[in-house]
Amino acid sequence: MNIVVCIKRVPETSESEIKVDESGKDIIKTRLTFDINESDNYALEEAILIKEKLGGTVTAISCGSPDNDATLRMAIAKGADTAIRIDTADLGEEVQPQIDSFKIAQLLKTAISKLEFDIILTGCMAKDDGYSQVGQMVAELLGIPHAALVTEIKIDAPKARAKRELEAGLLEVLDITLPALFTIQTGINEPRYASLIAIRRAAAKEIKILKWNELGMQDTELRATIESLFPPPIGKRAEILQGTTDETATKLTNIVKEKGLI
Amino acid sequence: MKNVFALVEHRQDKIRDISYELLTKGQELATLYGGELTALLLGNELTKFIDSLKPYAHRIMIVEDAKLKDFNAESYQIVLSNILKQEQDFLLLMGHTASGMDLGASLSVELGASIATDCTGIEIENDNIIAIRQMYEGKLLAKVNLNIKAKSIITIREGSFPPQVSNLSAKVLDFTSPLTAEPSYRRFVEYIEAPLGEVDITKSDIIIGIGRGIKEKENLLLVEELAKTIGGIVGCSRPIVDAGWLPKDRQVGSSGKTVKPKLYIAIGISGAFQHISGMKGAETIIAINKDPNAPIFSEADYGIVDDLFKVVPILKNKLTAMKA
Ligand SMILES: Cc1cc2nc3c(=O)[nH]c(=O)nc-3n(C[C@H](O)[C@H](O)[C@H](O)COP(=O)(O)OP(=O)(O)OC[C@H]3O[C@@H](n4cnc5c(N)ncnc54)[C@H](O)[C@@H]3O)c2cc1C
Repeated sequence: MNIVVCIKRVPETSESEIKVDESGKDIIKTRLTFDINESDNYALEEAILIKEKLGGTVTAISCGSPDNDATLRMAIAKGADTAIRIDTADLGEEVQPQIDSFKIAQLLKTAISKLEFDIILTGCMAKDDGYSQVGQMVAELLGIPHAALVTEIKIDAPKARAKRELEAGLLEVLDITLPALFTIQTGINEPRYASLIAIRRAAAKEIKILKWNELGMQDTELRATIESLFPPPIGKRAEILQGTTDETATKLTNIVKEKGLI
Repeated sequence: MKNVFALVEHRQDKIRDISYELLTKGQELATLYGGELTALLLGNELTKFIDSLKPYAHRIMIVEDAKLKDFNAESYQIVLSNILKQEQDFLLLMGHTASGMDLGASLSVELGASIATDCTGIEIENDNIIAIRQMYEGKLLAKVNLNIKAKSIITIREGSFPPQVSNLSAKVLDFTSPLTAEPSYRRFVEYIEAPLGEVDITKSDIIIGIGRGIKEKENLLLVEELAKTIGGIVGCSRPIVDAGWLPKDRQVGSSGKTVKPKLYIAIGISGAFQHISGMKGAETIIAINKDPNAPIFSEADYGIVDDLFKVVPILKNKLTAMKA
């Protein structure tokens, strides 16, 4: 099985303060830490598990600036055989910050169609934009079937049986013909950590860089663009208990008591 | 003139609630455009659904086909693209649900349409279609412009548009299914229901929801003690189940359980929409989180901004003393 896994490097935002930059359309990234997107990490692990079981290769591919190389090297350290980065810098200052899912999907499709593959994996949602679009679009552009939110894949070439997770814990079982694309939901496996030796070895590995214009793409039209980013309006907000830890705990205990909550 | 379409979502013989939200917003937009709202209903044995949909739309387009019995993104795409390719100017609404996520983006590619997903608002500004949606795990909102105005798809987050019954009486139209067979490349096999777990957290009056802030499995003991003190049960966010620290039946949220306890204490949970949708019905919500900007504080009644490892032990002692 030759497997391609698409990964994205995203900022950690759940514990950080997020501020809008001067353009009003992007965030200030200087003080944020970045890592592989959560569900993409599960997709990468699934790719490596399939390779370990059935043989073949894993190619990790990402779009963006040279900062992404660290994420791709980590993918190699964990078990990917090759890594490709599609450089988007030459898209120009106007387009690059506004690049939409469809453009990313076109870039990935063009790069992937030059490879041999049986399975393409992506995460089910990027944590930064939350779109859940790119995987399904890549499949459509390549003319292969897909399934989203997948929590189990059993390969029985030329077919695979997959489970996808619907609402309230309900699962859908489906059969799909390979080559196919799966967008992977978190929890499908237990992502590994790379060993220090593997990380060191991966540092010396070459990452193949593809330039946007070398991929033969000309069209820079975007289908969806961000007009503005802004903080959510202050609507309903919790009464925040003030004071030292001891004082807030006392206040909360009193509230619980007075309201008869316990 | 733009026509608005809303894809009715149904599963296991029931219309899903999101459908009425789509129809409510769809009607508002259709009125604005001076066009019509068409409810798209795909499946088999659909007659039973018609009456409940009639008041919400100008037209109901029915595609009756046994091969459409259970949702399959690939068959749905064939049908919907057949319908929408005949439209000069359309806006299609669907749910940002497991079905909508599977279907919307690939359909947009086939139709050459703009798409915005997981939206909580839609505004028409100077003839532009602007979708409002959260980004960065709810810390910011974005206005997204759908640049291909005459072909647009928007998927809607559940709970964004409270359904309003209106008094339309939809005209029912049949559209002949273009499917000759279920696509051989993707076939629906079956549903598997979530297994019944050992404990049913939906029955508990007090739930302590624990999230990724707990850091290590060993630390769960801390909240289990707190739960015991107050006669509650421990539920959790998805990452705790993904890590295998608690069984799936403890997961609160859109892909887990929906709970409505008297008291929900969220500890180290950021408040992602998928979690909120499972616990917003709690009578009283208390949140403990070290990040003052965590979205959970917009849902909670009371909040403590602090390190949970400092607060929880002290709180446990005080609550124990109170109960004594
Ligand atoms: C299709 C789909 C379905 C999903 N279904 C669900 C679902 O059913 N249920 C669900 O929960 N999620 C679900 N998710 C995942 C959801 O999007 C979030 O990723 C998840 O809810 C985040 O969990 P969390 O809040 O525990 O973790 P995080 O978002 O990482 O938040 C951790 C929080 O802990 C706080 N914290 C850290 N350390 C401390 C400390 N020492 N003291 C106090 N606070 C601390 C941080 O400030 C942060 O706010 C789903 C996602 C998708 C795509």
